[in-house]
Amino acid sequence: MNQPTSFEIGGMGHSVKRKEDGRFIQGKGNYVDDVHLPGMVFGQVVRSPYGHARIKSIRIDEAIKVPGALAVITGADLAAAGLAWMPTLFHDQQMVLATGKVLFQAQEVAFCVAEGQYAAADMAELVEVEYEELPVLVDPHKALDPGAPILREDRAEKSNHIFHWEVGDRAATQKEMQGSPVTAKVDAVFQRCHPAPLETCGCVADFNPVTSKLTIWLTSQAPHAHRTLFAIVGGIPEQNIRVISPDIGGGFGNKVPIYPGYVCAVVASLKLGRPVKWMETRSENLQSTGFARDYHMTAEIAAERDGTVKALRVKTLADHGAFNAAAQPSKFPAGLFSICTGSYDFPKAFCEVDGVYTNKAPGGIAYRCSFRVTEAAYLIERAMDVLAQQLKMDPAELRLKNFIPPDKFPYQSPLGWTYDSGDYPAAMNLALKMAGYEDLRKEQAEKRAKGELMGIGISSFTEVVGAGPGHTFDIAGIKMFDSCEIRIHPTGKAIARLGTKSQGQGHETTFPQIIAQELGIPQSDIVLEEGDTDTAPYGLGTYASRSTPVAGAATAMAARKIRDKARKIAAHLLEVSEEDLEWEPGKFFVKGVPSKAKTIQDIAFAAYTNLPAGMEPGLEAVNYYDPPNLTFPFGTYICVVDLDKGTGEIKVRRFIAVDDCGNIINPMIVEGQIHGGLTEGLAIALMQLISYDESGNVQGGNFMDYLVPTAVETPNWETGKTCTPSPHHPIGAKGVGESPNVGSPAAFVNAVVDALSHLGVTHIDMPITSWKVWQILQEKGIS
Amino acid sequence: MANTHHIRVRLNGVEKEADVEARLLLIHFIRDVAGQTGTHLGCDTTSCGACTVLLDGQPIKSCTFFAVQADGREILTVEGLVNGGKLHPLQEGFHQEHGLQCGFCTPGMLMSSLALLERNPNPTEEEIRWGISGNLCRCTGYQNIVKAVQHAAAKMHEGVPA
Repeated sequence: MNQPTSFEIGGMGHSVKRKEDGRFIQGKGNYVDDVHLPGMVFGQVVRSPYGHARIKSIRIDEAIKVPGALAVITGADLAAAGLAWMPTLFHDQQMVLATGKVLFQAQEVAFCVAEGQYAAADMAELVEVEYEELPVLVDPHKALDPGAPILREDRAEKSNHIFHWEVGDRAATQKEMQGSPVTAKVDAVFQRCHPAPLETCGCVADFNPVTSKLTIWLTSQAPHAHRTLFAIVGGIPEQNIRVISPDIGGGFGNKVPIYPGYVCAVVASLKLGRPVKWMETRSENLQSTGFARDYHMTAEIAAERDGTVKALRVKTLADHGAFNAAAQPSKFPAGLFSICTGSYDFPKAFCEVDGVYTNKAPGGIAYRCSFRVTEAAYLIERAMDVLAQQLKMDPAELRLKNFIPPDKFPYQSPLGWTYDSGDYPAAMNLALKMAGYEDLRKEQAEKRAKGELMGIGISSFTEVVGAGPGHTFDIAGIKMFDSCEIRIHPTGKAIARLGTKSQGQGHETTFPQIIAQELGIPQSDIVLEEGDTDTAPYGLGTYASRSTPVAGAATAMAARKIRDKARKIAAHLLEVSEEDLEWEPGKFFVKGVPSKAKTIQDIAFAAYTNLPAGMEPGLEAVNYYDPPNLTFPFGTYICVVDLDKGTGEIKVRRFIAVDDCGNIINPMIVEGQIHGGLTEGLAIALMQLISYDESGNVQGGNFMDYLVPTAVETPNWETGKTCTPSPHHPIGAKGVGESPNVGSPAAFVNAVVDALSHLGVTHIDMPITSWKVWQILQEKGIS
Repeated sequence: MANTHHIRVRLNGVEKEADVEARLLLIHFIRDVAGQTGTHLGCDTTSCGACTVLLDGQPIKSCTFFAVQADGREILTVEGLVNGGKLHPLQEGFHQEHGLQCGFCTPGMLMSSLALLERNPNPTEEEIRWGISGNLCRCTGYQNIVKAVQHAAAKMHEGVPA
């Protein structure tokens, strides 16, 4: 389908070096905090020290005396403007600045604005808020207890219950469970964690009172959707709002929601008529912006004695914190969690999720994840290992036995998905071979005999990404299409603009490669722009691995429109009919006469200088792509760990990752994304947790408590690939950025549990720290 | 403004003087007073290393260092790496080996790597991993950063007579 192109053209499959690197390696990136406008002032948020408290009074008289102080905005001020609350991205509302009471520690209470950043911080220290503490609810399992404090006074329902959602066949699954010779069960918590991109969230809001134009430089993964939401919520005409998402220092889902700080900066700029910058500190980022996961899950598998799986039942309690600020498609309260049957051919399945409020920061967002796919993949991969352990079966063998067979695609899952394509045994077998699996198992047996602890963990995940068909998927009502506009200049060079927004994924390099593939214009001749809503076509943005599946498809389709017109022009130039022309990347030639050819550059010039009679001048196209289905990347990961019996330290000795993301645009970038995602998976599995004490104090609120792996803990990743192109995607691609984060946590956990399985250990909740392992070793009398 | 101090530093080879508050952090001096925004602020707690600069040749985290402490001293930031219009071998290495993605950690990572190579021109992989262990990256998984530093070390050897 994708003809090979020369290195000069640099189409699909070339490891083109990144165009964006030049500015980043020279300190010339342009991140939001680098934006400095004349007359710019600074905002600082005053935050609640309590998890649950009534606000008795707010005094600003001392704060406003600080030299350089300009304004203090409180919830009461916003209430007067109808802006004290804002809608979340998921059928709920969230306080912008607290009125009445605060519902989580670090909640936004007031917004101080001053001429300087330090003065704004001084002001925030001097805002006096008197609180009356209220009973705090931190345990989601107690949220529905009769005596539990009701957190949300604004809701008609006097309950902490947010939603119940279920999918699948409850009765049939129940029947299989009851009659099953074998059932395996696991209770697994996917802990609260945070995407923690290295750049925190922030904005510069610049309202120009003369033109009435509001420009917002925003750490946004979805600038177009954000513009629309600012227009709807703020009542500002949409043509007067320009959102610019400049260079973004990592997103991982953190930069999908709209945060109160953004709204406050906009309000302050409207009030003062000056540009207002607001940038979070790291603590503010970890303590108040979109957390991820916090899913308390139970999985049960019914199986035959030979390991053939018959049914899966999943029950989950979802802790959403104080507001349901999940950023996910509006018809899916638990996101795409129902992909939880994974890579396996379960005849029957049932899945139910209940969401509750607690006194914690609102969320949850999809941390490098297509809307709860990570939770689902972790749960099923953990449950399969529990089943294997119960049956005393090799976990690789159990998986191979139960994979959806390659000839069963497209596959209809019992929970409603149509998997587009897959070849799970191929990925598994390659991973087993790369790992030297049989030898590893022999080594493990020898080590066990000597009392040493070594574990091998497998995860054979399937993702569902690239939302999505607009008939089913929308964010706040806006269908989840995406877009690309391509303009070819007279000299054959081009500019392309997309509705997505790179946060490190390398779009400036990869999307021109798609155009190079389709049109034969060298990728180096194509400039790509994203993130400016005044210039780029509308799109839903970059998250949930949707850029390549959706905007990448739009790019190919726009290029094909251009090629169709180019063919007409070439026929005119060569004085033949269109049917007599053949295409190879970069030129049309007359069939059988390769020397009679017109290059795409010749054709581009003719589009402005020498057109067929009656043809519209120019050579450009735009495509808004609404995909027919999602894509289903998959892979098998194998992790090898050694545990230190004395300290509980977990040493990741090897990690083999075989990914299948369909056709690859740029192998170098794909591999880089896999390295990064695996490292985030390592962090989640072994290090990361945002917990709260019983008073509602957040425990993981800075980088000394919320750990990010360094180069020392991070192993060398061994990558491999198989290729099963998506049958419905124009270039057969599937998306890859999130696969390693989705698939890897289970591999790490399965490896550690495997190292301890002969001691009767069947499950350990993440993060598996040395401390946890050491405690288990103590209990088991190992030292 | 009360409690200000007159300081003079040499920033990337150029004299820079200013009256600063005693509490002004060096990162804010570099970014906001001197207007060189290549150095980034990532965590405020000396944990992430995005703000790493060289002070008299030694790497420091400028988010927890006062500007007044830099008075009379020499500061090198990412903006000072290009020499005579030519990229530093480390910059080359990060580009060639795909040692960056979002680019936010890159300036600090480059400065820590430079300090490492200046004290150890031929580091092992383990020494590189320890040498950059004060700098966090959320995108790359470090593997290609290690390769980038190795690339630079090899390049820098080429220029040095044996």
